[in-house]
Formats: sequence, structure tokens, C-alpha cells
Amino acid sequence: MRRLALAVEGLAIAVLFGSFLASGGKTVLAGAAFSLLGLAFALGLAGQRGELERFWLWFASLLVYAFLYIPLIIVVIFSFNDSKLNAEWVGFTTDWYAKLFADQEMLHAALNSVTIACVASLIATVLGTMAGISMHRFKPRLLPFLVFTPVAMPEILLGVSLLIFFLNTARPLLGAFGIEMGLGLTTVVIAHITFCIGFVAIIVRARLAGMDESIFEAARDLGATPWQTFRLVTLPLILPGVIAGALMAFTLSIDDFVITFFTSGVGTKTLPLEIYTMIKVAVTPEVNAVSALLMVLTLAMIVTASRLAPDLMRAKA
Amino acid sequence: MGSRRTLRWLVGGPPFLFLVVFFLLPALIMVVASFRYPGEFGGLAPLFGARPGEDSGLTAESYRVFFGDWVYFEIFAKSFGVAGLTTLVCLLMAYPLAALIARRPKTERNLMVLLVVLPFASNFLVRVYAWMIILGPFDLLFNRFAVICGMVYVHLPFMILPLYTNLEKHDPVLLDAAQDLGANAWQRFWRVTFPLSLPGIFSGSALVFIPVLGMFAIPEILGGKDDWIVGNMIKESFLGTRDWPFGSMLSLMLTVAVLAVAGATSWLAARGMRRA
Repeated sequence: MRRLALAVEGLAIAVLFGSFLASGGKTVLAGAAFSLLGLAFALGLAGQRGELERFWLWFASLLVYAFLYIPLIIVVIFSFNDSKLNAEWVGFTTDWYAKLFADQEMLHAALNSVTIACVASLIATVLGTMAGISMHRFKPRLLPFLVFTPVAMPEILLGVSLLIFFLNTARPLLGAFGIEMGLGLTTVVIAHITFCIGFVAIIVRARLAGMDESIFEAARDLGATPWQTFRLVTLPLILPGVIAGALMAFTLSIDDFVITFFTSGVGTKTLPLEIYTMIKVAVTPEVNAVSALLMVLTLAMIVTASRLAPDLMRAKA
Repeated sequence: MGSRRTLRWLVGGPPFLFLVVFFLLPALIMVVASFRYPGEFGGLAPLFGARPGEDSGLTAESYRVFFGDWVYFEIFAKSFGVAGLTTLVCLLMAYPLAALIARRPKTERNLMVLLVVLPFASNFLVRVYAWMIILGPFDLLFNRFAVICGMVYVHLPFMILPLYTNLEKHDPVLLDAAQDLGANAWQRFWRVTFPLSLPGIFSGSALVFIPVLGMFAIPEILGGKDDWIVGNMIKESFLGTRDWPFGSMLSLMLTVAVLAVAGATSWLAARGMRRA
């Protein structure tokens, strides 16, 4: 057990040392924190049984939870800070929120985000549900590839390939028919649908996989047409999955930055794009305020989705 | 049988067509784009019917530049380094938590998993921005360390969830048996738990490693100019220098790298399964 602890600790120190060298020696403090983490993990990992080991496992796990939550809590706290800098606490204020709601550009971006997310998630839910049912029922060969690859690929690849497609293929093609086309809301919606279909399809298929096939056979034997079977039997059964998929698609769409970045063009801004610009140009607590609000919104969506389909959490991974 | 065929197309057709047009076709167009000339004002030069003095048709120029200069190889190596380090740190942090959750009673598990996923409720950029606030006052920003912090923070749940899904399935009786046969804690972990968890480790690693390779926002926001990886190069080719053929070629190279990583992990996972 001690040897394992040493091995893991050694690994942690090696990782540290690497990043330390790479970043030019400024990371002593962070280094100390990381090796403490490493030690805790090592002891926790070694702990298979016994009170002491369990303590260390809990200790390591609580540190990870802290790692997950502290940064977000800091963002929220500083959104109420009466200072232009995110460095120290000065006093309580809601000015940043007031400023945010007076910011026309921000409100416009928020409206864009919600519009895109509504349209994209609606269409992606319909197409994704169809894809999920089709994959479950007919076991097609090519469809799973088309559905899952956009989910598994780095987002940037979908973003740039759609950028080329929209500007270099679709625009001249539509131009030949006299239709003016540029990057904007429509292209962003199409791009979002493309990657949301996969998530909805995964959830719907998972829902169908756990079901007793004989229900559908019974419906058919009793003379139901395929449409009646779908409307009266299949849809009510998979509805929680469909709703969870829709919420998931909405969350993914409203949060998406990378693909939107490449397909939105110059004129169209969404909330994540505004946040990106703010972070790159001037970091003010207004960013914290919009972040906190966005957090509350998506939090509500995820909690609702998880209530509807507990297996959803694993669908993303 | 004919009606089954119609039904199949009625249900599967629309998503199929949509994805062929907006996913497969753009991907193929990108492959062709990597063999074209850059346009005079950025973008792509026409394939046919160029004006006099303008380039048109196909060329392997982008590939020649890429394979002719070590700089690009170094950037790919650096990207793999950053992705590898991120994966390793994620694994070290995820394992104890996943192991703990897997051992808790069923009622607690869902709550603990939900607590892992909840930070995902915040926007990706917000989570990166949080590290600007944290590291800024300590003067730890704009270096490789900050980049790794951001990468780990954004991708950690992708490691925790598959690991937990795997560890949850382990039968505790195996550990009892090992203990009865005289294995100590060290042996029980390395010879029972760890080999059995390899599939979880590999799928988690792929889920962390692959997206990190294509990331451009984190190195851009938290890193210095030295920390640029493949994702940044692609973004710069498309929106900065507007050399689309070069950007397309880089995207294809990234795709190849991703496929290689995905293939390697699934091969390793299958091998690990057999041995375990």
C-alpha cells in the first residue's frame, strides 16, 4: 500500500514538474497544492477497506468536488463585488446586473441565443427521435456513423467544414437561383441541429433499448397501423426520453461557442460569443453577472432533464 | 416487405438526408478544399475558369508546406503533450472520486453523480473565465500551467463518468476473495480493481484526449503565444490568415490524429478486456 502511494505520488510530482518546467517557474504555490492533492489521492486509492483508508478516499473526493465548485462560486461572488477588478472584495452591489440589463447589445445577443436554441432543439428533437427509432428498429449501417461522428469529433472540425460549405458551396449554389445567402441565424441553427441530433438519438435509443419488444408486436397484432403504433404506444413510452433529449439539445445549443463562432459571421452575436469578446477585450464583473445568470438558467434545464431521465447523465459521456 | 422498406425510409430518411447534406458533404468538401489554392483575398481560389494570372485547379501545396517544416510537427507533438498531460491529471483526480461513488449505496450515487455533472450547467467560457479570476492574482496566467488547469477543469467529468460506470459494475466479492487469498491492499488494487477498470480508463481517456486536441479557446484565453496547439492553428488559418486550403489540410491531419487515438484506445480496451 505504501508502494502504491509512493508510485501515485511520484506520478503526481512528475506531472507537476513537467508543467512547472513548461511554464517557466511561476507555479511553486500551485505545485505545492497539487502534490498535496496527489498525496491525498494516493492514500485514498490505496484505501480499499478500513476506516483510515475510507477517510482518505472521502478526503480526496471532497477535494475534487471543491475543485469543481470553487471556481464557479468565485465567479458568482465577484458578480456582486463593488469593484472593477476581480481581485479583492470591496462591498456588495447589484450594479453589474443593472448594467447588464441596460446593455442593448447583450440583450440582443441573449434573444438570439434563445431563438437559436428553441428552433434548433425543436428540429433536432424531431430528427433525433426519428434517427433513434430508426437505429433501434431497422439497424441501418450508415446512419449510426452519421449520427455519432459529429458528437465524438472535436467541435472545431464540424465548425470549419460547415464554414467552407456555407460560404463556398451553398452560397454560390443558392446565388444561381437568385437567393442571397450569408452567415447568420439560419446557418447557426443548421449547425446546431447537426450536432444536437446525435445527443437526442442516443437518449431515445437508450430508452427504446430497455423496452419489451412484445408491446409493439401486440399493437401490430391488434391491427394498429405503424402510425397508430407510434402515436399510441411508442411515443408515450419514449416521451420522457424525447423531452430529456430536447432539454439536452436546448442546453447544448444555448451554451455552444465553438461551432457558433465559425458559422455566425460578423453580424450575428450570441451570448457565448459576447462573453468571449468580453473576456478577450476587457474583463469586468459584468462578465461574472452574465455568467451567473446563464448558470442559473442552464442549471434549471439540467435538473429538469435529469428528473425526467436519470440515464441521461451517462448519455453525454 | 415493401411496406417495411417504405417505413424505414419514412423514419430514417429525414435525419439521414439532413446529416448527409450538413455533415458528410461538408466533410468531403473540406477534403477537396485541402487540395485547392488559396483565393486572392483569402478563402478558396476557383476550381475551374480562373481569370488569367489566378491559380485554379488542384495542388498538394498545403501538404508540401506541412511536411516540409518541422514547426508543424512540433505543434502536433505539443498538442499531444498537452492532451496527454490533461488526460493523466484527469485520471488521477477522477479515480478516487469514481471509486468512492461506486461504493456508496444506490440512493447516494445518483446525487453524487449529479453533483459531478452540475458544473457543466455553466457555460464553457464561464468555466475558463473562472480560472482567469483564480490564477490572475497569483500571477499564474498565460502559461502552460494555466492551460492545463483550464483543460482539466473543463474535461474532468468526461473522465469521472465512464470510470464510475465501469467501477460500479465490479463485484465486491472479487475483492473479498483476493483478501482471503492473502492479497494486501496494494495487490488488490493493482491486480483486481485496476485491470478490471481498464475499459473505463480507456473510454474516459479518449473522451478527454480527443476534444483537447481541437481546443482553441483555452490556450488562447489562459495560455501565452507559446501554448498554441492544433486547434489554434486551424482557427488562425480560417479566420486570421484566411488560408483555407492550409486550414482544411490541418483539419484533416487533426481528423487522422483523432481516428488514430480512437482506434488505439478501443484496441487497447479490447485487449485489456481479454486479459482481465
